[in-house]
Amino acid sequence: MTEIGSSDLGATPAKLPTSVRRQPGVARLWFYLLLLPPVLWLGLLIILPHIQLFILSLKEKVAPRVYTYGLDNYIGFFNEPLYWMTLLRTATISILATALTLVIAFPVAYYIAKMLRGRTKNLIFVLALLPFWVSELVRTLGWIMLLRETGIISNTLLSLGLIPERVELLGNDAAIITGLVYTSMLFMVVPLINSLDSLDDSLIEAAYDLGGKGVAILREIIIPHAMPGIVAGSIVVFMLTLGNIVTPAFLGGKNSIWFTDQIYQKFIVRFNWEQGSAFGFLLLITSSLVVWLGLKLTRQSLAKTIT
Amino acid sequence: MNRRFFGTTMAAVVALAAAGMSPVQAETLRLLTWGGYAPDAVVAAFTAETGIDVEVTLSNNEEMISKLRATRGAGFDLVQPSQDRIQGPQVEFGIYKPIDLSQIDAGQFITSMLESTKSVTTVEGEIYGVPHVWGTSGLVLDRSVASDVADFTDLCNGNHAGEVSIRLKRPVLIGFAFSLGLDPFAAYGDADAYTDLMNTVADTLIDCKDQVKAFWEGGDQLIASVTSGEVTAAMAWDTGGWKLNTENADVTYVAPSSGALGWIDTFALPARGENDSAAYQWINFVMQPEIAAQITAVAGNFTASQGADELASAELKAQFQDSFPPAAIDNINWYPAVPAGLEDIEGRVLDRIRASN
Repeated sequence: MTEIGSSDLGATPAKLPTSVRRQPGVARLWFYLLLLPPVLWLGLLIILPHIQLFILSLKEKVAPRVYTYGLDNYIGFFNEPLYWMTLLRTATISILATALTLVIAFPVAYYIAKMLRGRTKNLIFVLALLPFWVSELVRTLGWIMLLRETGIISNTLLSLGLIPERVELLGNDAAIITGLVYTSMLFMVVPLINSLDSLDDSLIEAAYDLGGKGVAILREIIIPHAMPGIVAGSIVVFMLTLGNIVTPAFLGGKNSIWFTDQIYQKFIVRFNWEQGSAFGFLLLITSSLVVWLGLKLTRQSLAKTIT
Repeated sequence: MNRRFFGTTMAAVVALAAAGMSPVQAETLRLLTWGGYAPDAVVAAFTAETGIDVEVTLSNNEEMISKLRATRGAGFDLVQPSQDRIQGPQVEFGIYKPIDLSQIDAGQFITSMLESTKSVTTVEGEIYGVPHVWGTSGLVLDRSVASDVADFTDLCNGNHAGEVSIRLKRPVLIGFAFSLGLDPFAAYGDADAYTDLMNTVADTLIDCKDQVKAFWEGGDQLIASVTSGEVTAAMAWDTGGWKLNTENADVTYVAPSSGALGWIDTFALPARGENDSAAYQWINFVMQPEIAAQITAVAGNFTASQGADELASAELKAQFQDSFPPAAIDNINWYPAVPAGLEDIEGRVLDRIRASN
């Protein structure tokens, strides 16, 4: 027993009692067992498909069922202004939507975390979560009901005599951004509440005692403390927005130009999986780049955000 | 994202399940089709007669081809792409298998349609499709306000700005090309000529985009926007116009003066379908005139079944005759098979239109 155990584990010092010596082996086994699901998950569902996707993105069609390898799909992206403009536009609107979400979510989160206590706090928090119990599709359709030409807002304004005839509120960037902000609200509010909760109220009181004004306290005390929450929320919201397909398509109508839609079109409508894969990679690179830049600019690190 | 991986996994799971359960489970036909082509009543009658369960999945041409491409032709036993979408994808991806015509009761088909579909779906001497449902794309108009629209390009005449809807897929390109006096089908074989022609069409559509209210995706969506009055003139399928006509006599389907675009949806066998015999039984079953008439009643389109048209409802027949005077029927432009590679050209043009402002 002892011999097998120590030779198996190699590094275990011989001096230790048998029970302790065997411990690391069992612990290590448990460690690997527990590691298995995430490794399988990452490997089979994320890394493996991405490798295949990458290989696919390097394929060039010469003739039906004849392919060579090359960078044509990527070069095609940069040669066609339509494609890179779409990606640029998608990234810009996503950043804008993320910023807007933050501006709207921050007061909400602050109110819930700092101003409310006990049951009211829980109640308001649940109210903020409530819209997310229905699917994104249903929420987006709800917005269509509100914004369409024969929709609730248009009809109400008409019957109040505020507008001479019905207005179409769908099919523009404002509608897309509204939908995106609404869809991602929760993912900003929750991390913000989390980080604001841990801020000791006495710090704010002390700042007031020392003569600090509201804006200064917000800038010097609250925002620095909430920074990990802000960064975490922004990353999640940005990623979700950039990868969203339902909201821009439904609310943007004929003017919805969104990069994920380009990818869908390439794969499903044009049967051009090769370029679709290349587009997928370009989207991945863009989102990684923007997140990296954001972390650099705010001098945050991913590790700090998670803890 | 990765359809092939997902597809293979799913296929493996399905195969395992089927292998494990086949002794107890009844025979199944997995049918990939369009909305309305396999009504519940027809499915129930088929199951009662043959003991075969039918699993119906609804889709459209592009998704059907993509699904089959992802699994290299597995996952379904019978599919119903339009006849022009068989040759190209077959050459390109090999997703279908030839049809054994001896298994099909040819007497139930309208002979001219059967022969035409056979020739359009032939690849290297093998036949890959037989006809089922046919219909046309043309104009759906509210005649009380949009009677001046006689052709596709009239949608862009400025009189109906903000009340026009089109479906941004290949039919709109083809329809506008004919309406502009061009012949896209004649240019099918010449990629450069086709690109030029498509660019002309794209310029027209980009100029027109301001007047378009929305690009519709599904038939129900178009019907909803016409019913609400938001759209008064649209390029659409005949059946949508007739459904609307039943509720509002002002709205109907009009064959455009440059010719309606005729499509035929077929029966085709996926390359790795597992139950061909059930597929053939289904084809022979639904092509019986009485059954075909039931499908016409639900889908709103006529079928290639010999004798089924007489069984259609009087209302639908009247609507059809109203939309199609005899000359308009002769004027229909039937889609020839789309050669491989053509969709790339159209894709770029559609992208340009979608992105224009």
